[in-house]
Amino acid sequence: MTVSAPQEFVSRRTLVWRRFLRNRAAVLSLFVLAALFIGCYALPPLLPYSHTDLDYYALQQPPSTTHWFGTNALGQDLLAQTLRGMQKSMLIGVCVAFLSTAIAATVGAVAGYFGAWRSAALMWIVDLLLVVPSFLLIAIVTPRTRESGTILWLILLLSAFSWMISARIVRGMTMSLREREFVTAARYMGVSNRRIIVRHILPNVASILIIDTALNVGLAVLAETSLSFLGFGVQPPDVSLGTLIADGTRSVTTFPWVFLFPAGVLVLIVFCANLVGDGLRDALDPGVRPARRKRNSHR
Amino acid sequence: MTRFLARRLLNYVVLLGLASFLTFTLTSMTFSPLDSLLERNPRPPQAVIDAKAAELNLDKPIPVRYGDWVAGAVRGDFGTTVGGQPVTDELWRRIGVSLRLVIIGSIVGTFLGVVAGAWGAVRQYRLSDRVITTLALLTLSAPTFVIANLLILAALNVNSFLGLQVFEYTGETSSDAVGGGWNQFVDRLQHLVLPTFTLALGAIAGFSRYQRNAMLDVLSQDFIRTARAKGLTRRRALFKHGLRTALIPMATLFAYGVGGLFTGAVFVEKIFGWHGIGEWFVQGIGSQDTNIVVAITVFTGVTVLLAGLLSDVLYAALDPRVRVS
Repeated sequence: MTVSAPQEFVSRRTLVWRRFLRNRAAVLSLFVLAALFIGCYALPPLLPYSHTDLDYYALQQPPSTTHWFGTNALGQDLLAQTLRGMQKSMLIGVCVAFLSTAIAATVGAVAGYFGAWRSAALMWIVDLLLVVPSFLLIAIVTPRTRESGTILWLILLLSAFSWMISARIVRGMTMSLREREFVTAARYMGVSNRRIIVRHILPNVASILIIDTALNVGLAVLAETSLSFLGFGVQPPDVSLGTLIADGTRSVTTFPWVFLFPAGVLVLIVFCANLVGDGLRDALDPGVRPARRKRNSHR
Repeated sequence: MTRFLARRLLNYVVLLGLASFLTFTLTSMTFSPLDSLLERNPRPPQAVIDAKAAELNLDKPIPVRYGDWVAGAVRGDFGTTVGGQPVTDELWRRIGVSLRLVIIGSIVGTFLGVVAGAWGAVRQYRLSDRVITTLALLTLSAPTFVIANLLILAALNVNSFLGLQVFEYTGETSSDAVGGGWNQFVDRLQHLVLPTFTLALGAIAGFSRYQRNAMLDVLSQDFIRTARAKGLTRRRALFKHGLRTALIPMATLFAYGVGGLFTGAVFVEKIFGWHGIGEWFVQGIGSQDTNIVVAITVFTGVTVLLAGLLSDVLYAALDPRVRVS
């Protein structure tokens, strides 16, 4: 890290932010994600068709000026449906990402800081949850939840099964932080354990938590759409990108647009989320990868 | 080493027992397997329903039912389906189908992924590296069912362009594949290409990303420079000293990958119409069948644990430090 002008004080936050802005792909992805998120909530009221309307004059029609994404066999407008699906999928993705990272931070920090029996017990739970086929368990429970609660259940269940590996990483980092002087000093000054974890441990693992949250968005969206694709996620009459793609799969060889539009949007969302995650990783710990275009500078 | 493995194994068995218990309790509490009878119109007489309930042991409390199940499972008998067929026979048949699907895909995927990742690391930030990295990220961003459908669309275009049915995308064999062994073989191969490739693509993308990072870490280490300085060729230094060290973390990843592979197989089987474990699992939840679902849990648990054990052994084989201590 070279700060050329020492008289100009640059905080770490500014540095990270600058490094992130330098990564064009990540910045563009962040914009696309924001636009998609706002668009899927803002656009539906402006459309002439809602996602439940049936247009009997346009059954299974390819994209046209009246139906931009075409229509399905029932005459539902696919643009309106895709937007509705995006609302559900993105909402679940973001909530699960934050929730699972919060669980990972808590469990990892507690296990790493206290060690002994707490660590053993928590890591044993981690092992157990890694062995239990989480996909199966979620699939068993969600079809039996009631309509309105399904989304909430999905968020809770998906978060409950996606924090384990990050928790292990946080635990490892906490264990090495615990031995550092500032933690020992705080302990001798009589600072409570809870306060040490919140004020001294967590800020020091914040970078890994931020990266983890960003990358979890993509994973959570994929998990939700996968479940919905099989009929174990969002339940009809509501739609998610997964159920839309499942509908499209049946006619993929004959009416490909029913599949292609929701699938394209899904891949775009997850791709952008991953690029943002990668950008954050590069910005937060530049040590992982050598400076960009090292090779070019030698030429 | 033996002691270490034995302790690992014991831990795994306990975890497996708990996993089966959790799944059994959860399914028993949420499933109502009598629905298929109750929803029939006209409704069957109460006596028939009661008989079915007694047959499925629904009148006993769940811990007792689990005890019965364990007593059978230890002897390799996983009970019967709601319909009355033995689960074990069907399980073995379907394991065969799924393994035929998964094994080639995972081997090809792991190998190509490692090669692509190592190659990308050596050529860091060149065009080839950028292309591989972007394609890998794009593939990881697409769920299995999207990749499978895109491959079907592509295969359809190839087929109609050539005017030949080169790629098949339904089932494991054609019903009209007659003739000698060669025809049968070609027919199976035609059916195998697309599903295997679907599974392999995901594995290639995942492994290449991790392998690239691991290889980059290793390449900046001092011992590579030392190896080059003592006169080794670039190729020899990279392969013998670099790649071998960079493979060590992949051993752990492989264990996690196996679990994901079976999840991927669920979609591949559903889309390509293979009658394997994954398809059965979806059917099992549909028909609210506890025995099917728990048997599949045990099977996936065993495969994940075996993969974990295998990765421990691989780790020891690749990393001399583990063997010494």
